[in-house]
Amino acid sequence: MTHENATMTLQPAVFANALVLSVSGRLDQMTCETFRSALGPHLANALAAGQGIVLDLAQLDYVSSAGLRCFMLAAKEAKARAGKIVVADLQPMVAEIFQISRFDLVLPVHAHVIDALQAISNEAASAYLSRQGA
Amino acid sequence: MRVRFWGTRGSIPVALTAADIREKIVLALLKADGRRFEDAEAANAFVRGELGFAVAGTYGGHTPCVEIETGLDDYLVCDFGSGARPFGAHVNARQHGRPAVIHALMSHVHWDHIMGFPFFRPAYVPGNVVRIYGCHDVLEQAFRAQQDPPCFPVPLSVMSAKIEFVHVEPEQTFHIGPVAVTPSLQLHGGDSYGFRIEHAGKTVVYSTDSEHKVEDQRQTSRVAAFFRDADLVIFDAMYSLAETVSVKEDWGHSSNVFAVELAQSARVKKLVLFHHEPVNSDATLDKLLAETRRLEEITNDGHRVMISSAYDGLEIEV
Repeated sequence: MTHENATMTLQPAVFANALVLSVSGRLDQMTCETFRSALGPHLANALAAGQGIVLDLAQLDYVSSAGLRCFMLAAKEAKARAGKIVVADLQPMVAEIFQISRFDLVLPVHAHVIDALQAISNEAASAYLSRQGA
Repeated sequence: MRVRFWGTRGSIPVALTAADIREKIVLALLKADGRRFEDAEAANAFVRGELGFAVAGTYGGHTPCVEIETGLDDYLVCDFGSGARPFGAHVNARQHGRPAVIHALMSHVHWDHIMGFPFFRPAYVPGNVVRIYGCHDVLEQAFRAQQDPPCFPVPLSVMSAKIEFVHVEPEQTFHIGPVAVTPSLQLHGGDSYGFRIEHAGKTVVYSTDSEHKVEDQRQTSRVAAFFRDADLVIFDAMYSLAETVSVKEDWGHSSNVFAVELAQSARVKKLVLFHHEPVNSDATLDKLLAETRRLEEITNDGHRVMISSAYDGLEIEV
């Protein structure tokens, strides 16, 4: 199921024991509540199923402090349930915002989705590569 | 108006150690790389132009005390942190024995914001007037308690200047001569107040010891309105954003990232990062300033905000 509003969408895909959530648009005060509502069920289901979670930020154009807080809350929830959540494929500006805000110390940041999946399991990485036709 | 920073550090004063000074000298010598200087002027030019602030200077260690020079005879100052000691020396030197009137706006009465008062020498000069404004009911009590034994041996009643306490109301503008001052409630343990100071067509906002809940759109809009179109905003940027929404949530301070977002949305012209974390070195504060400027550069929507980092001795013309 895809969640969408004017400036933010969330697209899920499962690869073995990993859930990749592709976030696109802008994540700011206007969209963060929509994002949180959309993320909540995916997060709960993935954590219950023991899946690792990758936030694919390749299509995320901007993230504000309010958006970063959503990531923090997700990380806290994952940690509380012994789960794992990471981010991958950040656009240069978003990567800089992560670094300046020190959110790169809160969430593991991977250059590419495949790297993030590899960190979760070989099975997840293989499933992703097969899906990509590699 | 001219804003003069006498104390810029948060929580507790800090001082450079011998090791810190030695490190700066070593870095300077390495940078000079055997160069010879004709005279002191040439050496000064090298120091000012090539070393960078973290090596050639220091952000300093006094706790908050910021003078707003209005061009009028009376003095206007925000907070009596330990920077009040050098500020007091400045007042006495400038007065040459003439009586002075000092108006002080108190953000709150936590120790780092009042600790300079026992060493504020104009308060010991007969004929001077020190008028202390604040929104807290405990304003006078805090100043008296700090002066009384066992904390200090000189009670307020013994200080020779005329010391007055003026209770002011949040969100209600009052005047100190032609200067309009509006206090505004901020989120901090025991409450704190920011001050919007308007004079001669210019606006300075002093907003320290203030936490901002990034998810609270109402509060953010209220603060943005308080900052709206200010020529200069002095902002509590003590922690990183990640800290303010995690381990240091509810500690009563804010971040450089939220400072930029607020300044951009409020169309502020100049932003000064203030209330520095005591553990941050000069090099760290330099890095934070560079990062904050970079954030403004990559996220602005056409409105540009000039960003500085406060240091003891900094002066900004508004």
